[in-house]
Amino acid sequence: MKQIFSLALLAITGWLLWSLVPYGQATEPGPVSSHYIAHGLQENGGSNLVTSIVVNYRGFDTLGEVTVLFLSVAGAGFVLRRRSGQRRVAPRPSSEFVQTGARMLFAPMVLFGVYIFVHGHLTPGGGFQGGAVIASAVLMLLLADRDHHLPHGFMGWLESLAGFGYVLTGFLGLAIGGSFLANKGVLPLGQWNRLFSAGVIPIIYTLVGLKVGTELSTLLDVMVDSGRDHGEADAHGQKGGAA
Amino acid sequence: MIIVDILICLVLLAAGVGAMLQRNLVASSVLVGVVSLMVSILFLRIGAPDVAMTEAAIGAGLSTVIFLIAVRRTEEEEQ
Repeated sequence: MKQIFSLALLAITGWLLWSLVPYGQATEPGPVSSHYIAHGLQENGGSNLVTSIVVNYRGFDTLGEVTVLFLSVAGAGFVLRRRSGQRRVAPRPSSEFVQTGARMLFAPMVLFGVYIFVHGHLTPGGGFQGGAVIASAVLMLLLADRDHHLPHGFMGWLESLAGFGYVLTGFLGLAIGGSFLANKGVLPLGQWNRLFSAGVIPIIYTLVGLKVGTELSTLLDVMVDSGRDHGEADAHGQKGGAA
Repeated sequence: MIIVDILICLVLLAAGVGAMLQRNLVASSVLVGVVSLMVSILFLRIGAPDVAMTEAAIGAGLSTVIFLIAVRRTEEEEQ
């Protein structure tokens, strides 16, 4: 009975997937998509159409996305946080080579992340990708040097200010351009394919990059740091430290 | 150039099946990272560099590391 049921389920799933095949074929874009493709670059002054859609036309969705990321990181941080009064056992330190190499690579990696989100309106990439690269750099530093800790207060402030700035930019657009997160009229569009162009798009992507970078870094710091402190921290930690 | 695509897909499938069959959780996490990397190369080849960057940075990079941290922590708890 169970086998027949599984086979039927498999057949239904296969049929559903097969009926999805036409969606992969090239089709004529709808009226809204056609407008974005035809006028997206002129209306926003950027040279990356994806960014122009993600940050301007769908800017409100991106704000929601950033909010979802913030809430999930806040939830994970709350669950994984270290209880006060529990001692963290120092793990075995990494070798000198690893520590020095990580410190040397940290600055170029952060710079690369900043480059990605600052040039979001010109080249592929943007706030989320740049933030993830920055978080990778922080993770490398944290794994190489376990005594290293992030300044959580500063990160929290930076993250909050970036989120606040995003909403503020949205309201500026509402006041000047007539709609939330409007690009037109708030800042000059500038010359095409220059760093200071595309109106508020680079500003928003810089804020998103800072926000995502600080959020993911804080989450990774909490994750790397947690785990040793459940239950009897001392006895367990001694064993873990010796192993 | 379709041969390259087929090769990437084969590596992708092999890594995915390997991740399921592998008993060692660390190797399994790394294989999941390989799946993400191959998917990101495919995204790049069909002309979606933005998605490819996200997939490479988050799928192949950060989530693999998060899996590895989680595996190590649970092993510590089980000891």
